[in-house]
Amino acid sequence: MRNRGNGGPLRRDPDDRLGGGVAAGIGAWRGFSPTTVRIACVVAALITQGWAVPFYFIGWLLIPARSEPAVDEQPSIGARARHDSRGVALAIGLASFFAVFLLLAGVLNDGAIEIYGWPQVASVFCLTLIWRNARESERAAMRHLIQPLESLWTGGENMRRSTTLRLVASAVLLVAGLGWLLSLHGGTALLAPLGGFVLVAAALVLLFGPWWLRIARDLVLERQARARAEERADMAARVHDSVLQTLALIQRRAEDPAAVVQLARAQERELRSWLFEGRVAGDADAATLAEGVRRIQRDVEARHGVPVEVVTVGDCPLDDHLSALLAAAGEATVNAAKWSGASVISLFAEVEPDKVAVAVRDRGKGFDTDAVPADRRGVSESIRGRMARHGGEAVVQSVPGEGTKVTLTLPRAARPGGQAAAAEGKRR
Amino acid sequence: MSAAPPPRVVLVDDHGLFRSGVRAELGGQLEVVGEAEDVAPAIELITRVVPDVVLLDVHLPGGGGQAVITAVVRDLPQVRFLALSASDAPEDVIAVIRAGARGYVTKTISTADLADAIRRVADGDAVFSHRLAGFVLDAFASAPAAPDVRPSFDPELDQLTNREREVLRLIAQGYTYREIGRELFISAKTVESHVSSVLRKLQLSSRHQLTRWATERRLA
Repeated sequence: MRNRGNGGPLRRDPDDRLGGGVAAGIGAWRGFSPTTVRIACVVAALITQGWAVPFYFIGWLLIPARSEPAVDEQPSIGARARHDSRGVALAIGLASFFAVFLLLAGVLNDGAIEIYGWPQVASVFCLTLIWRNARESERAAMRHLIQPLESLWTGGENMRRSTTLRLVASAVLLVAGLGWLLSLHGGTALLAPLGGFVLVAAALVLLFGPWWLRIARDLVLERQARARAEERADMAARVHDSVLQTLALIQRRAEDPAAVVQLARAQERELRSWLFEGRVAGDADAATLAEGVRRIQRDVEARHGVPVEVVTVGDCPLDDHLSALLAAAGEATVNAAKWSGASVISLFAEVEPDKVAVAVRDRGKGFDTDAVPADRRGVSESIRGRMARHGGEAVVQSVPGEGTKVTLTLPRAARPGGQAAAAEGKRR
Repeated sequence: MSAAPPPRVVLVDDHGLFRSGVRAELGGQLEVVGEAEDVAPAIELITRVVPDVVLLDVHLPGGGGQAVITAVVRDLPQVRFLALSASDAPEDVIAVIRAGARGYVTKTISTADLADAIRRVADGDAVFSHRLAGFVLDAFASAPAAPDVRPSFDPELDQLTNREREVLRLIAQGYTYREIGRELFISAKTVESHVSSVLRKLQLSSRHQLTRWATERRLA
């Protein structure tokens, strides 16, 4: 049974603690959120009139902390406490002192103190043993928890005065409130329990308020620190995986400028898409036109080693027609990379309300459009033919010695839902 | 033009390596009169030496390039700014331009092109890289949010003319001003005036769409 849930044995979690980390441990073990377990604990303590409380401390005693190695001879605090004869004696002493106090209280009245108090005799016993036998790290955490109370003895002049004041004020409120509550048994005033309860609550808030605040603040700070650390680790991993690796590659290939440029550009593209578009390189299929255009850029740069300058204006989701447009654009870009001899190719895509236009341009050799070699004509036809089949148009302009420009346009309004898609694309 | 003394340039960039690289490359053609690596020293340096052109990184630790422009532009309107950066989130670039930079180029620009861009900015022209042209087209995208809203009530500043749009498209495709002029059968000077007019609209337009565009970019 212990090995179900998170697959590991039941362990307290001192890193996510309010008290002993018991709730967090149980939560992780059975797969609940620690908060759920904590609320369940409090509810249990209330409906059992306090009888559930000692079980928490027994859990603290008997469940080993996660940080403690399983092979440890005495993994739990309880196991160590068994050999602490002085601690056991002290615990029995304190518990019996508390019991005597409860007996006296019971003699003086028949009140609620008794009902809620008796289970806590066991709690006092357990807490004493925990305090004496916890490991140093856990003791430090406990000391941190009760520090505001300690300040009564150790704090500076001002601190001491304010704490004393608080103690006195809450003692007065407590006595008044308890008196009011207890007088209920004799009296008949209907409002008395309410008033007494308010006074007691006020006393508790006054006494423990700063302490609770501090626990809450510590928890928040701790959580923030953890989130920051995770973010930093993520960043470091990313920088290591990509940037540092690429820098190492660049150093090793320093004698090959083309390779260095290609590496640097690939890295730049990847980092840019991660920084500004929140995407990880090597994502699944492109879903929008701009992603598709960047994919062309990536493929051509990787395969042909020619830089492609991409500018996209607007964006819209892909459909069959736009995929065909992208295929034609890819074809034209590959052609430019293969044949033009240009040092850079520019790829421009614009999504307008009524049409999508892509222009592929290079400043390379160019060719005479009237005298195209047979092998080039085939490719050019495949671009033109493809565009025509999808209701678009391809214009190829080329001047020998100046470069080539292929402009592809595809109307959008003709297609149903084009307008809606345009609006959506704008908003992306 | 060659008779005029070379423009005096200040480099503002938090990357020391980049500054020394640019200084070494430009040294022969332009007069680099100072370097700064952060907003406060940059403001101090610029007010002291009053250069012709400030080459300004978009991203600076102490508030970004626009902080430098905003601090200097009122007292020294004759100082011109050319923004450049390696990592360009569109909204940051547009913000620097709207603060008063006369152009924007990427750090991958060649030395010759950079020197040329600085000279043009010094002469009072606007310099749009292909990427900035794309950003501007995007920001001024003509489609209204709702298809039935006609933009006729928009003031002139809020829209690009068809000609300006054509010019920007060609810049985005890597055309030079001369090539654009030939393509559109206008002179390079006319192209330049179109670009300057786009810059003016970009800086002066108070239209909501620019802000909305930036917000959307950030949210996306």
